[in-house]
Amino acid sequence: MIELDKVAMGYGDRGLFSDLSLSLPAGSFHFLTGPSGAGKTTLLRLCSMELAPSGGRITLLGDDVSRLSRDQVALMRQRIGVVHQDCRFIDHLSLAENVLLPVTVSGPLDPEDHKQRDQLLSWVGLADRAENRPPELSGGERQRAALARAIILSPDVILADEPTGNVDWDMSLRLLDLLIELNKQGKTVLCATHDLNLIRQAKSRVTARVLRLRNGTIDQAGAEL
Amino acid sequence: MKLPAFLAGDAMSNRVVPATGFTAALTVISAAAMAFLAVFTIALAQASSALAARWEAELAGTATVRITAPEEAVEAQTQAVLVALSQTPGIGSARRLDTDEQTRLLAPWFGSDLPLETLRLPVLIEVSEAGEGPDINGLKQRLAAEAPGAVYDTHGRWRAPLIEAASRLRQLGILSLVLIASVTGAIIALAASAALAANAQIVDVLRLVGARDGWITRAFVRRFTLRAFFGALAGTVVAMVFVALIPGGVEAGVLSGLGFRGAEWLWPLVVPVAAGIIAWGATYLAAIRRLRQSA
Repeated sequence: MIELDKVAMGYGDRGLFSDLSLSLPAGSFHFLTGPSGAGKTTLLRLCSMELAPSGGRITLLGDDVSRLSRDQVALMRQRIGVVHQDCRFIDHLSLAENVLLPVTVSGPLDPEDHKQRDQLLSWVGLADRAENRPPELSGGERQRAALARAIILSPDVILADEPTGNVDWDMSLRLLDLLIELNKQGKTVLCATHDLNLIRQAKSRVTARVLRLRNGTIDQAGAEL
Repeated sequence: MKLPAFLAGDAMSNRVVPATGFTAALTVISAAAMAFLAVFTIALAQASSALAARWEAELAGTATVRITAPEEAVEAQTQAVLVALSQTPGIGSARRLDTDEQTRLLAPWFGSDLPLETLRLPVLIEVSEAGEGPDINGLKQRLAAEAPGAVYDTHGRWRAPLIEAASRLRQLGILSLVLIASVTGAIIALAASAALAANAQIVDVLRLVGARDGWITRAFVRRFTLRAFFGALAGTVVAMVFVALIPGGVEAGVLSGLGFRGAEWLWPLVVPVAAGIIAWGATYLAAIRRLRQSA
């Protein structure tokens, strides 16, 4: 599903990874953890093709991303739902319009799309906020809306970057519940977080592996979590 | 994408690009101003073309024979010239101007109460050429032999510079139109680049949710094309009203002849369409440049 083979990446003179390999099978649930600056967000951005590696190969859903044209990248992104740390909304559009955006840009809309959007907004508990604009929402509401937008095209993979970073514990659990439910529907989930309590909470409810990124290498975190 | 679908757009792509901002005003106002100038330039080019054509038509095929001779020889030479002209192939008609006509010709310089009988004026014969016209050199040689005081003037000496001037004026108008189109394109490209830079976050979000470059480009290009079209349409309409209000008829000269007649009024309507096409191209190139910088 997602494979990184000897991937190298850095910013300027600062190398983050030089030989990073990773394989996430379809339907798996992985947490990505590690200290700040270890490269969690960079790794997710590599997986969502926002960044290109300086070396190695990334394979998404069977395709070598370095060989994809810009249009193919766009189509690939329709199969990968991303929840960014800062949510990345278009502020002058309503929440409903933002959630529907991946469908809007992928082809003509039909009434079913609007029904699905409404169902998703209800599922993340934002049905009554549909006409609000993103700046009018709280951090937790924005994160849930970003999750709704990420899954509206029913993607095969969900990449979530610190989805609970700006919310309280109750909201964190609620977002975790949503990710677990999506994983049970067969989605591959990769969730970057530094919140070890969240990981512990999840491990009791879903078969999740924990990847720890540290000093440019990645390893499986074990029972200590 | 077909033109009607492009013009109609879709509700969401219309919403994605913010409808307001300084770039919107810049595009509309600059397109309107440039269209206003373009319409006047077209009117000027049209007027100079008409003037050149009129001069060409009125003066081509005519000539004047001027006879300056001692008083006792004038009448004989005039008759000799008239006979020679009547026998020359390519001459349609020849007519001696009478005293009233000569007075009218001189009136602009000496006034209408000129005592013509006190002046010794040359005799003028108005000649209309026919067909290919006469053999000018042969005719001049015959006149020199039979009427030494006669000079055959084809008007070419002063007609050519006038026609040349009108032609240059028309070329200047075309050059001005090209410059106006270029400046319009540059301004709209700058406005589109500024809009794309100001909306860089939107472009990035669209790419991240799976929008293809074509979708993003269309959203921006359509908005700028329509802004330029309607701005130019407004400028064109205002300019056409001003042109229509210019006093004077075409006979009065180039400035008072500035305007359109009949079907010529359709020419200014090309300006908004041209502005739309220029905006389309300029925005498309700006969008492609911007998208190359995004992931």
